[in-house]
Amino acid sequence: MDSPIHRLDPRAKFILTLGFFVAALMFTNIIALLVIFFIQVPGILLAKSGKRWLRSLRGGLFLFIFIFVMNVIFLTPIVTSLGFAIRFLAIMSAFSFFFMTTSADDLGLALEQIHVPYSISFTFTTAVRLVPTMAVDAQTVVDAQRSRGLELDKGNFMKRIRNYVPILIPLIISAIRRSVELAEALESRAFGATEKRTPIVILRMKAVDYLVILATFMGVGLALYVYFKVPLPNLVIPIQIPRLF
Amino acid sequence: MISTENVSFHYTAGSEVLQNVNLEIKDGEFVAIMGENGAGKTTLVKMFNGLLKPSEGAVLVDGVNTREKSVAQLSRDVGLIFQNPDHQLFAETVAEELAFSLRNFGFKEDTIQKRVTSLLTTLDLKRYEKSPPFVLSGGERKRVALAAVLAWDPKHVVMDEPTIGQDYLQKDHLRNFIVQIISQGKTVVIVTHDVEFVAECKPRVVLLSRGKIIADGPSAQILTNEQVVEQASLVMPQIASLMKNLKNLNPPPNIIDAYSARRFLSGKLKGELEARAPAQRR
Repeated sequence: MDSPIHRLDPRAKFILTLGFFVAALMFTNIIALLVIFFIQVPGILLAKSGKRWLRSLRGGLFLFIFIFVMNVIFLTPIVTSLGFAIRFLAIMSAFSFFFMTTSADDLGLALEQIHVPYSISFTFTTAVRLVPTMAVDAQTVVDAQRSRGLELDKGNFMKRIRNYVPILIPLIISAIRRSVELAEALESRAFGATEKRTPIVILRMKAVDYLVILATFMGVGLALYVYFKVPLPNLVIPIQIPRLF
Repeated sequence: MISTENVSFHYTAGSEVLQNVNLEIKDGEFVAIMGENGAGKTTLVKMFNGLLKPSEGAVLVDGVNTREKSVAQLSRDVGLIFQNPDHQLFAETVAEELAFSLRNFGFKEDTIQKRVTSLLTTLDLKRYEKSPPFVLSGGERKRVALAAVLAWDPKHVVMDEPTIGQDYLQKDHLRNFIVQIISQGKTVVIVTHDVEFVAECKPRVVLLSRGKIIADGPSAQILTNEQVVEQASLVMPQIASLMKNLKNLNPPPNIIDAYSARRFLSGKLKGELEARAPAQRR
């Protein structure tokens, strides 16, 4: 896929993502968090990734609800609990925006060129590359366990969580097996034998990349200003949760 | 009986994995579904227990449309054994692994214990009863996966690539085991590339290529048909190739030909020779 966002330098995109991350961590105010969340939408549409972004949001819905419910259970006020859940959504959205618009190769190059040791950048990019494989594995494991009569949507909340144990264990074990095999294959092919590597592609920042970085710093500066100086109105939810403990 | 009526399937619109597949598998039948990689074999068998629903057409299991039942309900009758056992093993012990599906299907605890013990003995897994399944060898893990499905005694057993990673002895055990479960009246469907295994088991062969059935019939007839075998990116069994090569040497026609190879594979020739042997001895 090609778009102005895809063509941005991965380092600039990563700084932008970190900007969203830092800003989201500053606030628990729902309005501020919704602004941080929705401000990403034009960029996502420009990257022609709207559908994939919506899919990733749908995938995060379970955790969104989980975070909200757990906070409510442990006596956080409803408005703050909702804030924590929206914060998760804003951070998840920022990172999925980054990974949807940055190829694993670009990511590896960016890490290498900010002098991250090759073994670490390779590990990171391999992990990113393995995500689609893991997704296929996860679907196969789900199919295999459903074929053995497992009904994931059956039972109360705790039972539903327990239903995922037969999914997670085979997935983790196959991931460990795969990583051991990958490590052996890499060692057999003399991984790390050459200390100094020479990259074919050298990333060069363009004016638009500097602009994105500048805008990120300005955005984070604005967020800091709002956090310290501007009293934000918060939503009022007129529901009283009874004390459980 | 499992039947498919004009079944077509696509994962993404425009790229048909299966096209107009019509197939009828009778109760107690032994069928091998073969074909090249990506021919749609696994997709087809995943429809038998409702994991996938056809984009067009219908799949009927014992007369019931798979759209009308859940995977759990269909799996009670159709046991699907996946290619890689690591995709299903998770329990702390082999015995627990076998009991898992029985608990899902609501069997009573005493029945579960009886069935687990019986299967551990039948599949030579008794000594691993308390071992974690992850520490077993590849062949043993495959046996555990097989036992875990056979535990609930499904009417139809579907195996996806059961011979991959198995040595000759294990294949031999598998063949005997298949014969045993067919004798219990179960339908057995295997998905495989292993022509030698199929040649020895002599099931009905359904050849798939690019989502279509290109041949359907007895293994002796299909696997000696060079044209369809080649179309499905397979090779003829060694014995059939040998017969063909011998034929190319132009021996006298009454000595050896592809017809004899077919009869040999179907067991008829062997039967005739055995029938003739006592007479000769007399």
